[in-house]
Amino acid sequence: MSADGAVAAPARVATLPVALERRRRPFDWGSLVVHLLLLACVAVIAFPLYYAFVISTQTVDQVIARPPVLRPSDHTVQNYVDAWTRAKMGRLLWNSAVVAVLSAVGKIVISMLSAFAIVYFDFRGKTVVFWMIFITLMLPVEVRILSTYEVIGNLGWLDSYSGLTVPLMASATATFLFRQFYLTIPNEMVEAAQLDGAGPMRFLWSFLVPLSWANIAALFVVLFIFGWNQYLWPLMITNTEAMRVVVIGLQDLIPRTGTHVPEWNVMMAAAMMALLPPVAVILFMQRWFVKGLVESEK
Amino acid sequence: MRRSVFRNRGLPYLLVLPQVAVTLVFFFWPAWESLRLSFFRTSAFGDRVTFIGLENFAKLLASADYYQSVVNSFVFAFGVTALGVGAGLFVAALATQNVRGLAAYRTAVLWPYGIAAPIAGIIFLFMFHPSYGVLPYWLSFVTAYEFNWLLKGWVAMALVIIATAWTHVGYNIAFFLAGLLAIPGSVLEAASVDGAGPIRRFRSIVFPLLAPITFYLVVVNLIFSFLGSFGMIHAVTQGGPGGATDIMVFKLYKDGFIGLNLGSSAAQSVILMLVVIGLTALQFRFVEKRITY
Repeated sequence: MSADGAVAAPARVATLPVALERRRRPFDWGSLVVHLLLLACVAVIAFPLYYAFVISTQTVDQVIARPPVLRPSDHTVQNYVDAWTRAKMGRLLWNSAVVAVLSAVGKIVISMLSAFAIVYFDFRGKTVVFWMIFITLMLPVEVRILSTYEVIGNLGWLDSYSGLTVPLMASATATFLFRQFYLTIPNEMVEAAQLDGAGPMRFLWSFLVPLSWANIAALFVVLFIFGWNQYLWPLMITNTEAMRVVVIGLQDLIPRTGTHVPEWNVMMAAAMMALLPPVAVILFMQRWFVKGLVESEK
Repeated sequence: MRRSVFRNRGLPYLLVLPQVAVTLVFFFWPAWESLRLSFFRTSAFGDRVTFIGLENFAKLLASADYYQSVVNSFVFAFGVTALGVGAGLFVAALATQNVRGLAAYRTAVLWPYGIAAPIAGIIFLFMFHPSYGVLPYWLSFVTAYEFNWLLKGWVAMALVIIATAWTHVGYNIAFFLAGLLAIPGSVLEAASVDGAGPIRRFRSIVFPLLAPITFYLVVVNLIFSFLGSFGMIHAVTQGGPGGATDIMVFKLYKDGFIGLNLGSSAAQSVILMLVVIGLTALQFRFVEKRITY
């Protein structure tokens, strides 16, 4: 169940034979070759981001120079300030943060409640509810965009945070994850709680929520990134500048061929600012992120 | 095992209410509407609606543009999957060598997953830029062929495939490494004592154990490249040049939102829904399989 445990424990075991081999052989050429190949892979994967960063520090002349300049330059501050003011980055980043946090928290709360109902109660229509949640997996926003847009229009939710977040809040993945987790909690705990006279909400709040923190954190990281990177949905239902999210707003800076000065440096500065929050979340909360990814695999 | 339950009439309904409400209003109702609309013709202002049976579908199947978007979607999805899963498998094969620091390598390749597809697209768009990009510059030393994605359809397709695979390669690698680290070191050591070389070890031990993960990743990669790639296409190529990167999701948006051909767009939604249902069914067959392992 716990992906992290499964990952960590064998890793420790796996290093043992290597240590033994080390003693037998003076130098492990095989490992060196593998490390070099792995480093080459890392370099290939890292290059596009490095390149984008380098461009974001250069002047327009350096950007269009031939041969291309692959070293950082000293125009950084100017480019970032330009990008910030021109794309109104403050507003865009704020909107993205609101959408990412609200949709992640909403999904987690809604999923916890329904998983709790499904595992700890017997009620008529439970199977129907379960299958309804399951079927949402097969109805991603891409296959129902026009009609969902109409619903949002009828609700008067166009250009609003409710419109941007509420429709994202049903999550089969999160519900199943919590259901799976609740099923691993021993029966004795519920019985003990019932003997102590704790009601269902009390049990949820004082036992299940504290036990679920690891799952909540893992899900939050994955859902935050998912929410931050939404594109089709916000593109459709927002049409004022004030409600745009960053992934959409920075499109305006792309110098399309011919008509614009090729200010790719400003474009890349904006791109760096837009991609930094989710990438930082992955890097600094990697343990939770990997757990969330692997466990929400359904 | 029978679980003890709380006895309460109304509470469970209250607990599932938010989830059910969101599901009904934003999932089931719109999906039903799409299905219904796919049998009707709507006039441009939406004031007249005529039942026309399967005509929307018949028109789509006869349309060369639609046919092209289907082919493009398959090329795109299989391209992204082959590249992304292939690269993941390659790294996994290297990691079979029992080297230290796998977790550090995982960190070093995982972060592109956080980059939104359209942003990744913009970065690659510049790398491929015919006049300023670094890739055409390097390629110009190798060949005189002009890799201009604004003019050549296959270059544009390669661009969006590579950019999409880039954001997902770390995801694939993370899954492979998780699977790899779950293989007991003793098994590999025993094989190597028996004289199995690294290639043999990979082929006879590691790959069979990774097969279920590979299958899962293939399906997941197909699903997100079929559905999740709207942003990449919209931000980078707009389906061009000449419809060469016009994939199904993008065409359905374009026909419905810009062309206001609601019936045809709804019919396209229904076809896409069938694709998703097929792929999801495949994905869940994997889950069943894994349980028996």
